[in-house]
Amino acid sequence: MKFRAKIADAACLNHFTRVSSMVAKLAKTCTVRISPRQLNFILADKVASGGVSMWCELEQENFFSEFQMEGVSAENNEIYLELTSENLSRALKTAQNARALKIKLTNKHFPCLTVSIELLSVSSSSRVVTHDIPIKVIPRKLWKDLQEPVVPDSDVSIYLPVLKTVKSVVERMKNISNHLIVEANLNGDLNLKIESELVCVTTHFKDLGNPPSASADASHGRDPEQMAEVHVDIRKLLQFLAGQQSTPTKAVCRIVGDKVLHLDVLHEDVSLQYFIPALS
Amino acid sequence: MKCLVTGGNVKVLGRAVHSLSRIGDELYLEPLDDGLSLRTVNSSRSAYACFLFAPLFFQLYQAASPGQDPLRCKILMKSFLSVFRSLAMLEKTVEKCCISLGGRSSLLVIQLHCKYGVRKTHNLSFQDCESLQAVFDPASCPHVLRAPAKLLGEAVLPFPPALAEVTLGIGRGRRVILRSYQEEEADSTVKAMMTEISIGEEDFQQLQAQEGVAITFCLKEFRGLLSFAESANLPLSIHFDAPGRPAIFAIKDSLLDGHFVLATLLEPSPHSPELRQPAPPLQAPSTPHPDDFANDDIDSYMIAMETTVASEGSRTLPSISLSPGLQPPCNCGPNSEEENEAEPSAVPGTPPPKKVGAEVEAGVGRPGRSSLRNSLPPVPVPFAVLRLRPGRGTLPPGPQPRAS
Repeated sequence: MKFRAKIADAACLNHFTRVSSMVAKLAKTCTVRISPRQLNFILADKVASGGVSMWCELEQENFFSEFQMEGVSAENNEIYLELTSENLSRALKTAQNARALKIKLTNKHFPCLTVSIELLSVSSSSRVVTHDIPIKVIPRKLWKDLQEPVVPDSDVSIYLPVLKTVKSVVERMKNISNHLIVEANLNGDLNLKIESELVCVTTHFKDLGNPPSASADASHGRDPEQMAEVHVDIRKLLQFLAGQQSTPTKAVCRIVGDKVLHLDVLHEDVSLQYFIPALS
Repeated sequence: MKCLVTGGNVKVLGRAVHSLSRIGDELYLEPLDDGLSLRTVNSSRSAYACFLFAPLFFQLYQAASPGQDPLRCKILMKSFLSVFRSLAMLEKTVEKCCISLGGRSSLLVIQLHCKYGVRKTHNLSFQDCESLQAVFDPASCPHVLRAPAKLLGEAVLPFPPALAEVTLGIGRGRRVILRSYQEEEADSTVKAMMTEISIGEEDFQQLQAQEGVAITFCLKEFRGLLSFAESANLPLSIHFDAPGRPAIFAIKDSLLDGHFVLATLLEPSPHSPELRQPAPPLQAPSTPHPDDFANDDIDSYMIAMETTVASEGSRTLPSISLSPGLQPPCNCGPNSEEENEAEPSAVPGTPPPKKVGAEVEAGVGRPGRSSLRNSLPPVPVPFAVLRLRPGRGTLPPGPQPRAS
């Protein structure tokens, strides 16, 4: 099992740092899957994490100038690691203005992912920061729990409005209620609603547009005005929104009636899928 | 005592108080002939700090009223800090600050003269005290390291704020290495991230230490002095000796000098089997090396991981053979005079804490060593305790900056 990679471009480095800090906001610990073409940050659907799951995917060649890996075996050419996402994010944050960044799998005092950063210094001398992030290698028999989630057939899928706006709305709603009702229809309407004994607050978004639906979708032949709704834990949604620091290229919200809220976001070349389970 | 601070120096004074407040809960204020000294020591007596502001720092400086002995006092750090809490406010609104002690009232009076004729008066009650004086002498430390505070500030930036201790040492190629210090707990499965920064010798103004020496000290106090030194744009010198001996951090310019004396961790002796060296010596593979990226020993790791896949219950890691460190257990060397008269210490190299405590608290008998140890808050590591002596107002000579 071997892995080493290098980022030499400043823009790629900043982008990778942003991804890692987004992941750190979404999950305390996460699984990193390393395969020849892709790097994934995975949060599996576990009860401990409140049923939330995440699948973040990036093409390695868009970030790394050098990328070598050797998986467990030739037919299972993958590596699965578990790490504290805060550690990775903190390590990468010291890489601002770095000349180059190297990541490799090592076994120093314990198995770790070593992030080695060559910093620019005033003088010509080199300054090197090394972070050894402790990892757990995930055995092969647990890999099956860490596969890309199947996107369920949704009742309604809709483009999300500017995430910053949604965030400021949801932030305020959180003070009143722990539950949020997300409603949307095929006519481009999205409502965020909270209900308490004393008050009911709804924020309406209009003309958001709906992505073209696949033919097998449950939404096929649905009345465009009819709302699909899902109840979610407001903190889980807020966690997702807080992690989105830059405006995504595309952000789609899919409602699978009273099962799950699926958020599908694309940041340049990083795709993030986030699943929030419905509250009964 | 009466002194008057004006203009930007008020903020300098404020910053000094801020960095002292990271160490102790009580502030010892002592007017001396060569300036006003502010000192503190932490509750476990493992860190001591003092600032001495020269008379020229003040618009007006009077150590004592004519014909009187200078007074000294001890005040709560919290109450003194509250006067200087907001540095932005000090800079924007305060025009001058007047500190007086020993007037008609038995209070320490601090007056802030602000813009628009606003005057804020703080009356702080104080206790009489003996002079607080740690026994240290930078000149006796064989190792010296000097660098602009900015460099050292950048060097500690990558470390997490919660990290307690850091190891400073000289690695291969005379590179200065700072590494997070983790206590090794045998049963702990949660490992913390290890961070290390290595800086070339050429970035330092002075580096007088051979490869392989290393000390471990508390990061919080060091950050305190660094933030002061960075704002004053002063170089900081670190004088140190063998592990377990106090390290002295010093800054100096024409108007003030500052000394922080921090206990350093006594490394477990390499031959005691149960105490494994927590980190490999500073020749670790992460020390930059042109081909490091390409030729690390990843294959031994690979074998371990294959085992993991087969039987995940019993994970066997390849045993890492650690060489016992470059640093010989150096508790040798000619002992100083004070040390010879000291009782033999249980831990070799630890200066016996016999002079600590009681005498500082104005001569209430001398406690037995065991009672002192008991009074310490639980210190997880065998930190050396600093020795303090009741002095009469003479500071030890400051570090003499040597030409590099």
